[in-house]
Amino acid sequence: MVKDQEYLKEKALYCIDYAKKKSATDVQIILGNSISETVNFRNRNLDESERSDSLSISLTIYIGKKKSTISSSNLSKENLVTLIERCIDTTKITPEDEFNSLPDNNLLAKDFKELDLYDDTHLSNNKKIDFLKETEEVASNNDKINNTESSFTETKSNFILASSDGFLNGYKSSSFSASCVAVAAMNGAMERDYEYTRKRHLIDIKKPKEIGSVAAKKASEKLNPRKIGSEKISLIFDKRISKGVLGTLASSIVASSIARGTSFLKNKLDQEIFSKEINVIDKPDILKGLGSMPFDSEGVQSKELKIIENGILKNYLIDTYNGKKLNLSSNGRSGGTTNIYFEKGKISYEELLKIHPKALYVTETIGHGSNLVTGDYSVGASGFLVENGVFTYPVSEITIAGNFKDIFKNITLSDDLEFDYVANSPTMLIEGMVVAGK
Amino acid sequence: MTDFFTKSDLSRKDAENIVSETLHACDDGELYLENSKSESILLDDNKIKNSSYSSDLGYGLRAITGEVVAYSHSNEISNSSLKQSSENLCSTLKSKKGIYSHEIPKTNKKFYENINPIEEKSLNSKLEILKGVNNYTRSKGSIVQQVTASFLGEHKSIEIIRSGGEVLTDVRPLIRFNVSVMLEKNGKKETGVYGIGGRQSYDEYLKDGKWKKVCDEAFRIASVNLESKPAPAGEMKVVLGPGWPAILIHEAIGHGLEGDFNRKKTSAFHDLMGQRVASTSVTIVDDGTLHNRRGSLTIDDEGTPTEKTILIENGILKNFMQDRLNARLMNTKSTGNGRRESYQHVVLPRMRNTMMLNGKYTQEEMIKSVDKGIFAVSFGGGQVDITSGKFVFNCTEAYEIINGKIGSPIKGATLIGDGPSILKEVSLVGNNMMLDPGIGTCGKAGQGVPVGVAQPSILINRVTVGGTQL
Repeated sequence: MVKDQEYLKEKALYCIDYAKKKSATDVQIILGNSISETVNFRNRNLDESERSDSLSISLTIYIGKKKSTISSSNLSKENLVTLIERCIDTTKITPEDEFNSLPDNNLLAKDFKELDLYDDTHLSNNKKIDFLKETEEVASNNDKINNTESSFTETKSNFILASSDGFLNGYKSSSFSASCVAVAAMNGAMERDYEYTRKRHLIDIKKPKEIGSVAAKKASEKLNPRKIGSEKISLIFDKRISKGVLGTLASSIVASSIARGTSFLKNKLDQEIFSKEINVIDKPDILKGLGSMPFDSEGVQSKELKIIENGILKNYLIDTYNGKKLNLSSNGRSGGTTNIYFEKGKISYEELLKIHPKALYVTETIGHGSNLVTGDYSVGASGFLVENGVFTYPVSEITIAGNFKDIFKNITLSDDLEFDYVANSPTMLIEGMVVAGK
Repeated sequence: MTDFFTKSDLSRKDAENIVSETLHACDDGELYLENSKSESILLDDNKIKNSSYSSDLGYGLRAITGEVVAYSHSNEISNSSLKQSSENLCSTLKSKKGIYSHEIPKTNKKFYENINPIEEKSLNSKLEILKGVNNYTRSKGSIVQQVTASFLGEHKSIEIIRSGGEVLTDVRPLIRFNVSVMLEKNGKKETGVYGIGGRQSYDEYLKDGKWKKVCDEAFRIASVNLESKPAPAGEMKVVLGPGWPAILIHEAIGHGLEGDFNRKKTSAFHDLMGQRVASTSVTIVDDGTLHNRRGSLTIDDEGTPTEKTILIENGILKNFMQDRLNARLMNTKSTGNGRRESYQHVVLPRMRNTMMLNGKYTQEEMIKSVDKGIFAVSFGGGQVDITSGKFVFNCTEAYEIINGKIGSPIKGATLIGDGPSILKEVSLVGNNMMLDPGIGTCGKAGQGVPVGVAQPSILINRVTVGGTQL
């Protein structure tokens, strides 16, 4: 069982008390416990079981405008005392920073809506094994598949956020996830693909049959890929890839990057950065949402935030420190976005595929080719060639490149939005990018 | 050395008994204890943004039978916690029996000193250097818009207790010092990043104003990129500079030679042992025994002493990198490559310092031989798909080569290729082998471990460059 709120509260209050006694003017603490159990399968046999029980504390001490942080996994009183004393000593010699402070009191969360983030169900390891057995049996039924790996993880967490200005709140959450990786082989060459599901509640995850068959189908469809020539071609991002565009957007509008001047979206507030049809919303109060939270990592109330409205950048993601620097109020995004998504477009997936007679449908990208200072983007990719709306053959060993300033303005979305991940996007057409191949 | 049992209700004797009882019917396993301290001090935007210290303590109990691994870890070193872990392992392996007991070879060699880099240098003198970095770098001109610098230090003590009471220990210092500079000129912004590090005290790397060289290098890279033009797109010849660009070898070939992927037959190299996989000029080793290097280890995380493992010799595939599990299942011995990020992670075969050894050509000869291509001096990150063999890299400093001469710098392009086939495309190997500056972290299955790389300059006949200029 994960440690209960009472246990975490007692430890947190002890630390605040002790730090105050030792001359801290303010203190903020996050204390958490997480227990997770994983079972891994390979080629229809048990491969690994893992149980993880982790405690953690992170404590920030303020002495006036000076600040320092310690963290530990050892919650014994003796260790906490040593660490707090060390942190006090460090804080005293750390230079002042006028923007250091706890969040403004009037922004702290007061509305703790029940978001249904915790499912008490425990799936025994034997049941996990049954789940994976079925998953891999279905995947192996596909005669092109010669290797399968699958995994089931159940996690239960509890945490408390406490600060010397009286904030004291936390909650339990759970997550159940299952995945299957299938390797397809033909003529000595191999291709790999996967299917994945993760939900707050056990009942909502995809069924083993679906996970196994999708992984096998996706891997086998990738066999015998061709390399295409270097050319300017329209790209269609599968939902697995299009959601990554939201990650880039989010990282580029984090207040810390804006304040430091290291984002290509600096000074773009209230300007049109996407085409007019595009809307991006960050919604923290979706029931059972993977990214849902009533307050951010500083205790500031998280509310729904329109990030892009009719193509215009409406909000940065603001925490207390960088907000003060930018002369803006925190909007409860210390730690980033919650459940961020593109609103769905007007045309169907089939119509999107047909917009251009020839397009490259991207199902996988590799590499870390996003430069958020300049907006330049260049990654390895694989997928399928789509001609007149029909998938014709798999493509691999190519790169796709462009600049996000242009990419954002050339996006068309279909209407197939679903909420499977923390960030969610419909299938996406992007015009004007360059493919490098043969 | 940490004594893991002084402040616990668990005595060493109890722990040994639980380990022996849990593992007596298993092929392998151990109790792994770890105490790690780390610090991070960050200067950014003219201020000390972050000063943090972390202290982490925990254990991982592992039992292996056949191919099945059962693992349980916790940060409560106590009698009840370890017993719960033991029960958990026994229930997973209940119907399985094993007998393997391959002894761990002993070593007296040590590849780094038992020092605590965090305590060896006072916080005040670290803050002083960070202030110096900021002033020195900003004094290079008004085009300097942002300076970020950091100290990262770590002191990790580990102890391995095996069935029967055998004990193995290691103490591992590790530091890294980084500087990042952002320049702005005529509305164009570019960054340059440089760092150094290894398993010695900070002062070994920073004394006598050596930190200024780190600032100079970060500034130089950013300045080069300010003048860069868009990269070409398509297949062409690529000359890789010496040192850090060897992460291409690490990604494109190294991962494919790790024991687990080959036992599971998911690596493109699994059936190529003893066969020619590269031109005769290519020899690649993985060496854990270099003194004070970031990827070096006295013993690995299973207790096996590390070694210099020859992976490819004159183009012929000689060895995979092995931990005990994969070595046993493939009827060979561990090469001391069994590593884990921390007690919270299972052991996997991982690289240490992966190096391509010298050939006989000069870098000038290589560049001269290229009509149209690129010269890649430094990379950001890379990634590989083990199964298909496809890898990618992002250049952080690169130039075009035109008619045998180095031309303009080009913007961050991605290189993409196929691991097994790229080895055969290596046509010239240089005589200027260099180690990287000590900054690499390798990610695999969600675990990061410190690694090193080295290579001379090499000429690759055909790589796809992912620029935007057709």
